Amino acid sequence: MNKIVYLVPLFPLIGFLINGLGRKSLSKSLIGIIGSATVLASFIVSLVLFFDVKAHGASIVDYFNFINVDSLKVSFAFQIDALSSLFLLIITGVGFLIHVYSTAYMIDEEPQHYGRYFAYLNLFIFSMLLLVMGANYVIMFIGWEGVGLCSYLLIGFWFKNDNFNYAAKKAFVMNRIGDLGFLLALFWLIQKLGTANYADVFAHASSLSSFDVTAITILLFVGAMGKSAQIPLYTWLPDAMAGPTPVSALIHAATMVTAGIYMIARSNVLYSMSEVTMNLVAIIGLATALFSATIALKQNDIKKVLAYSTVSQLGYMFLGLGVGAYTGAVFHVMTHAFFKALLFLAAGSVIHAMHHEQDIRKMGGLKKHLPITHITFLLGCIAISGIPPFSGFFSKDEILAAAFAKNPIYWGLGVAGAAMTAFYMFRLYATTFLGTFRGTHDQEHHLHESPAAMTIPLIILALLSVIGGFVGVPEILGGHHELRSFLSPVITTEVEHHIEHSTEYLLMGISVAVAAIAIIFAINKFSKKPELAEATGFGKVLSNKWYVDELYDTVFVRTTLAKGKFLKNIIEKNIIDGAVNGVGKLVNYSSRQLRLIQSGLVSGYILFMVLAIIVVVLIWVNDGYIYKFFSTLF
Amino acid sequence: MPIQYYIILSLALFCIGIVGVLVRRNVIIVFMCVELMLNAVNLLLVAFSKMHHGIAVVNDKATTVGTDAQLFVFFIMVVAAAEVSVGLAIIVMMYRNTHSVDVNFLNRLKN
Amino acid sequence: MSATQIIFWFLSALALVSALMVLLSKNPVHSVLWLISVFFAISGHYILLNAQFLAIVNLIVYAGAIMVLFLFVIMLMNLNKDMEPQKNMWMKLAGAISGGCLLMILVSLVRQATEIGGKVAEMKTGNIGLIGNLGKVLFNEYVVPFEISSVLFLSAMVGAIVIGKKD
Repeated sequence: MNKIVYLVPLFPLIGFLINGLGRKSLSKSLIGIIGSATVLASFIVSLVLFFDVKAHGASIVDYFNFINVDSLKVSFAFQIDALSSLFLLIITGVGFLIHVYSTAYMIDEEPQHYGRYFAYLNLFIFSMLLLVMGANYVIMFIGWEGVGLCSYLLIGFWFKNDNFNYAAKKAFVMNRIGDLGFLLALFWLIQKLGTANYADVFAHASSLSSFDVTAITILLFVGAMGKSAQIPLYTWLPDAMAGPTPVSALIHAATMVTAGIYMIARSNVLYSMSEVTMNLVAIIGLATALFSATIALKQNDIKKVLAYSTVSQLGYMFLGLGVGAYTGAVFHVMTHAFFKALLFLAAGSVIHAMHHEQDIRKMGGLKKHLPITHITFLLGCIAISGIPPFSGFFSKDEILAAAFAKNPIYWGLGVAGAAMTAFYMFRLYATTFLGTFRGTHDQEHHLHESPAAMTIPLIILALLSVIGGFVGVPEILGGHHELRSFLSPVITTEVEHHIEHSTEYLLMGISVAVAAIAIIFAINKFSKKPELAEATGFGKVLSNKWYVDELYDTVFVRTTLAKGKFLKNIIEKNIIDGAVNGVGKLVNYSSRQLRLIQSGLVSGYILFMVLAIIVVVLIWVNDGYIYKFFSTLF
Repeated sequence: MPIQYYIILSLALFCIGIVGVLVRRNVIIVFMCVELMLNAVNLLLVAFSKMHHGIAVVNDKATTVGTDAQLFVFFIMVVAAAEVSVGLAIIVMMYRNTHSVDVNFLNRLKN
Repeated sequence: MSATQIIFWFLSALALVSALMVLLSKNPVHSVLWLISVFFAISGHYILLNAQFLAIVNLIVYAGAIMVLFLFVIMLMNLNKDMEPQKNMWMKLAGAISGGCLLMILVSLVRQATEIGGKVAEMKTGNIGLIGNLGKVLFNEYVVPFEISSVLFLSAMVGAIVIGKKD
C-alpha cells in the first residue's frame, strides 16, 4: 500500500502541469477530461488507501530529507491514517464531482482561460492533499500556503474585474495574518521540541510547559482563524464569492476552509493540554456561528447567504473542537462538505440558468423551470437545517450534545444559531424557488435546466447529504458511531460526555422542533411575499454585515493609511529627503568651495606646495612629536 | 665660518624667492625669483663642498673631495642658462599673444 | 672680528637686502639691477670660499649674460614702467606668511640638526675651486656630460628660436 501513496498528490500535479502548460493548445473537452480524470484517479487511490487503513491501520511513508540543518531534520513524509484518509476521500470525492460540474459551468470561457481554470483547480487539489497527507507541520504548511495561493488565484480568476481582484487580495492578506500565527507556532514547536513530526510532537508534548502549550495552540488557532474564516478574520470568505461558483463550492465551502478544523483535530493532543485554548476555540467558534448567522438573515445575494452560512457552520465545527468533540467536528466537516457543496453547486445551477444574476429578489418560482436543481437544493437545505434523518442532523446534534455536557449556555446559543440557520436557508429556498418569477421577461424565456454534467454531481451530492449521516449514528439512536471508532487511533483525547438518555432525547427534540418551526415560519413568510425592499433599522445593520468591513476599514486600513501619510509627508519629506538632499547640498556646496582652490593660477598651486612642505616637515621631520601626538590619538 | 650661517643664508634667499613667486604677478619678476632660488641652492652646494673638503684635507693634503660639488654647480649654471633662454622665449611669445605679462592670464590649468 | 668675518657679514647683508628689493621694487628694470647685485654678493661669497672659477662663471653667465637677456626682454616689451596689476591683498599676505613659516621651520630644523654642529666651511684655503683643478676633473671624469651640455645649449637655442619666431 505504501507504494501507491505518492500517486494521490501526483495525479493532480500532472493534471496541473498538462493543463497549465497546454492551456493554449489543448481543446476544451480534453482539458475537462484531463482535469477531472486526474482527480478521479486520485480518488480511486484514496479509496484503496482508505480501506487499507481500515484493515491494517496507519502508516507513515518517508520519501526524502526536506530540511536537514544541524539537529533539525524535516523529512518529506506522508502520513496515511484514519483522519487523513477520510479527508482524502472528501477532497478527492467532492473535488471530482466539482470538476465534472465545472466542465459544464465554465464552458463559456475561452479555451486558454478554461485551461487556466482547471490548472488552478488541480493545483488546489494537489496543495490540499499535501496539507492533509503531510506527516509533519512543515509539509502541512506547504499545503497550507498552497491552498491560500490557489484561493487567491481562483477568487481573482476573472482578473479583468477590479473588485474581484480586491476580493482576492483581501483573502490573501487575511490568510497571511493567520499564516503568520501558524508559522510562529511552528517555530515555537521546533524551538522547544526540535521536531515537527506529528508522532514525535505528540509523544513529547507532555514535556512542554503549560505556557508553551497554550501559546503554541493559540498561535495555531490564529492560523486556523485565517484559513477557516473565524472572527476576527472571517471577512474574506464572503468576498471570496467573487470567484466562479464551483470554486466557492470546492474551496470556500467543502475543503480549504476546513483545513483549520483538520489541523486542530490533528493536534488534538496539544489542544487537550490547554484548557484556556479550548475555551477560546469554543467561544470564538460559537460567536462566529451566531454572528454570521445573523448576517445571513438579511443577505440578498444567493452566494453571500451561503457564504455566511459556511462561516456559521465552521463556527459550529470550532465549537465542537473547543468542547472536545473532535470526532463531531470532523463528522460535521464531512457532512458539511456534502451539503454545502451541493448547495453551492445548485446555486451555481440557478445562476447559470439566470445568466449570472445572483440577486434572489429577482428570482422566484424557479421550482417548475429547474426541477432537479430545486429538489437537490431543498434536500441540501433540510440537511443543513438539521432535520433527521438527514446528515446535518447527526453531526450537528453530536456537537450540540457535547456542548451541553460542557456548558448548557453553549448549547442554548448553539440551538439559537441552528434555528437561524434553518430560517435563513428556507428564506433563501422560498424566495428563490417558490412564488412567482420576478426577473425580466427575457430571463424567464431563457430559463432552462442545467446539462447533465451539472445535474449528476448535484444528484450524487444530494444522495450523500441524505445518507451521509449514517456513518455516525449515535448509540442512543441504535447506531454504533462507526466514524468514532474509525478515527479513535488518531483522535485520542476525545472528551467523553455522559448525559442521561432522557436528557439527550430532549435535547434532540428541542433542536429539531426549533429548526422545524423556523422552517415553517420562513416558508410561510417568504413563499408568497418575499421581502423585496431594502432592509431598515436593525435589519439594515445586518444586511450591512454589522458594518464589520467598515470597522476594519476605519481601525486598520485608515490608520495604516494615516500612518503612511504621516511617514510620507512628514518623515519622508523632512527627515529622509532632508538628509539625502542635505548630503547632496553639502557635497555641492563644498565642491563649489573646493573648486575655488583649483584656480588655475600657478602661484596658488605653489602656495599649496609650500604649505604642504610645512605640514610634512612638521609632521615627519620636526622630531616627530606631532606625528607622535597623532599616533597616540589613533 | 660655521656651516649653519651659510645654510641659513641660503634658506633666507630661497624663501625670499618663494615669496616673490607667490606675491608678484609680473611673469618676468617671477622668473627672476626662480633664478634667485637656484642661486641660493648653488651657494649652499659650494659651502657644503668646502665643508667636506675642509674635513677631508686634515687627513690627506692632496684630497680632491668637494670637486664634484663645484662641478655640479657649474652644470646647474649651464642648465639654468639654457632654461632662461627658453623661458624668456616663452615669455616673449606669451606677451605677443596676450599683450600682458600677468601670470593670472595663464590659468588654463583650471580646465 | 677678522676681515673675513666682516666681509662675510657684509656680503650676506647685501645679498638679503638686494633679494628683498628684487621683489619689492615696482619697476622690473630695478628688480633686474637688484638681482645683479645679489649675484655679485653671491660671487663674493664664492671668492671668500676660494671657489674662484665659480665666482667668475657666476658673474659672466648670470650677471652678464642672463640678466642682460632679461633686460633686453623687458625693454623689448617696454615694461620698464610700473604697470603690474596689484595682487589681491589676501593673496600677498598668504604668500608672505607661508614663505615666512617655511623659513622659520627650516631654520628651526637647522638649529636642531646635530650632524652639522661645529662643522666649518673652510675659508680662503683649499684649492679645489681653482680653475686648474676643476678643469682636470671636468675634462677627464665629466667630459661626456660636458659635451652633452653643449647639445643642450644647441637644443635650447633651437627651441628659443622656434618659440620666439613670429608664427
